[in-house]
Amino acid sequence: MGLEISDRLAKKFRRNLIERGIEFLLLLAAMSAVFTTVAIVSILLYESYTFFEHVSLLDFLTDTQWTPLFADAHYGIMPLVSGTVTTAAIALAFAIPVGTIGAIYLSEFASHRVRETVKPILELLEGVPTIVFGYFALLLVTPLLQKFIPGLPTFNMLGPGIVIGIMVIPYIASVSEDAMRAVPMSMREGSYAMGATRFQTAIRVVTPAAISGIIAAYILAISRAVGETMVVAIAAGQQPNLTFNPMDSAATITAYIVQVAMGDLPHGSIGYQSIFAAGLVLMLMTLFFNLLGHFTRKKFREAY
Amino acid sequence: MNTEASTLKDLDAVRSMIKRHKLNDYLFGAVGLSFIILILLTLLVLFIDLIMDGYPKLMSWDFFSSFPSRRAANAGLLSALVGSALVMIITFVSAVPMGVAAAIYLEEYAKKNWLSEVIEVNVTNLAAVPSIIYGLLALGLFVYILDFGTSILTAGLTLGLLILPVVIVATREAIRGIPVAIREAAYAVGATKWQVVSQHVVRYATGGILTGVIIGMARAIGETAPVITIGALTFIAFLPPSPVTTSAPFLNFDWLWSGFTVLPIQMFSWLSRPGADFHVNAAAAGAVIIVVTLLMNGIAIKMRYNIRKKIKWQ
Repeated sequence: MGLEISDRLAKKFRRNLIERGIEFLLLLAAMSAVFTTVAIVSILLYESYTFFEHVSLLDFLTDTQWTPLFADAHYGIMPLVSGTVTTAAIALAFAIPVGTIGAIYLSEFASHRVRETVKPILELLEGVPTIVFGYFALLLVTPLLQKFIPGLPTFNMLGPGIVIGIMVIPYIASVSEDAMRAVPMSMREGSYAMGATRFQTAIRVVTPAAISGIIAAYILAISRAVGETMVVAIAAGQQPNLTFNPMDSAATITAYIVQVAMGDLPHGSIGYQSIFAAGLVLMLMTLFFNLLGHFTRKKFREAY
Repeated sequence: MNTEASTLKDLDAVRSMIKRHKLNDYLFGAVGLSFIILILLTLLVLFIDLIMDGYPKLMSWDFFSSFPSRRAANAGLLSALVGSALVMIITFVSAVPMGVAAAIYLEEYAKKNWLSEVIEVNVTNLAAVPSIIYGLLALGLFVYILDFGTSILTAGLTLGLLILPVVIVATREAIRGIPVAIREAAYAVGATKWQVVSQHVVRYATGGILTGVIIGMARAIGETAPVITIGALTFIAFLPPSPVTTSAPFLNFDWLWSGFTVLPIQMFSWLSRPGADFHVNAAAAGAVIIVVTLLMNGIAIKMRYNIRKKIKWQ
């Protein structure tokens, strides 16, 4: 004689079981983010590990040449890092002032109508694919710069740097503006009541109050500029040079990866592994900035 | 007498200070406005220039209906258009259900413990990983370990992983906007958790989820670096096998394994050739990409603004 259970109990049991099953499936989907991170880190570490069996870490960090595909192979990452840092620095030198002033204007000075028109356009511009900006850098901005700077080579870091700057301005402006909008109106009113002008309120009250969000926007912009690929791959020349001169042609970490992937490197060769080692350096650089952004946001966060 | 003069002097000082500060205000407003206008104008000029460069090609139907060619005049976008469309199918299928499910878990099911903390940190982190790193992941994992080769499947899955954080973040935001009262009402009439979530919460959040999906897909269409990294920069003058066949079972999945090219790769390949005639093709391809992505983003942003304006829960 089997155990008798009522219909209602059986139904409830079935229902609970299905609910649990669904919850588990949803958890699996959420874990996909963790799996992806683990996969990225392990692939990069695994291929870099075999790379570093051939190349000593000291050479990697101190050699001033990066020529893994030549017969006389050198594996110094510094030329790629210098290219990456230079293009990102040009971009930010351009984008941070313009983006911040634009954000302050939009948040504190612009009329409602101007803001409601410009904000969606900025969001729209964030979605423009980077390959298109590569076209601008190579065929529009560099030729224009050559008119002002005679002797500027077709491939240089200045053009791509400026274009990346133009690319991240909407991003900096839009995210910083969000941070400034979030500052409560009562703080502005308090400042105005003390006789401060709009400009004084914007610079001395709103900006400091929103500084964590603004810095986070800068850091994410740095991270984007460092990881930017197509613009530099197209317009900076793909030649690793240990130089910080914007007039020179150079390769960035990302441009090198693209360059190797365009060729036909056999799986498992040292050239193939070198792009993972380069990728690991890039990943560490962006991770550093992302963590920095995370902690600045935490440290400077002021709750109202 | 003396005090009166000094008061007047002070008053003058105050007046000139006010004047100076007003001028500062005015100047900053002018500078800010001109910066905004300058940036928007620059981008507008660049876009117009791109479209004008590609204009001769954009006006001919042949450009959209012919394969890439060694001769710039004959080269067209056909294989790239078909490739982009097929890759997007895989991206959609892989990223959207997974992303929405992940977001539902994080918003509705996750308890506050270390596991949900870890998942959240990973999602925010993945959103900031440079796209080319996804290319390296795909090269190591999909192309070699899983042996999918440089195929439509590999490209679609790569871009799917890339836009997963976008979908998750947008869906979470949409779900968070649904008031608790809706859930409580559904529970009150005896719904289970899943019934509450699937029949009420997700249904009301559909608009918001959709905007995230569209923005993510627009990003995937324009993404170049990860697709190049998996080795897709090759000369493709054929179409993948058709997904639909005339005989039973009417569906054919051989296209998953086919070689392919997509719009941004085709543009890059034309752009990296010397010679102005190929650059015209690149400009035309760029114009197509810009129009498609701006259109998708525009629709999504418009939808988001409408949702924000329309829904008033109380």
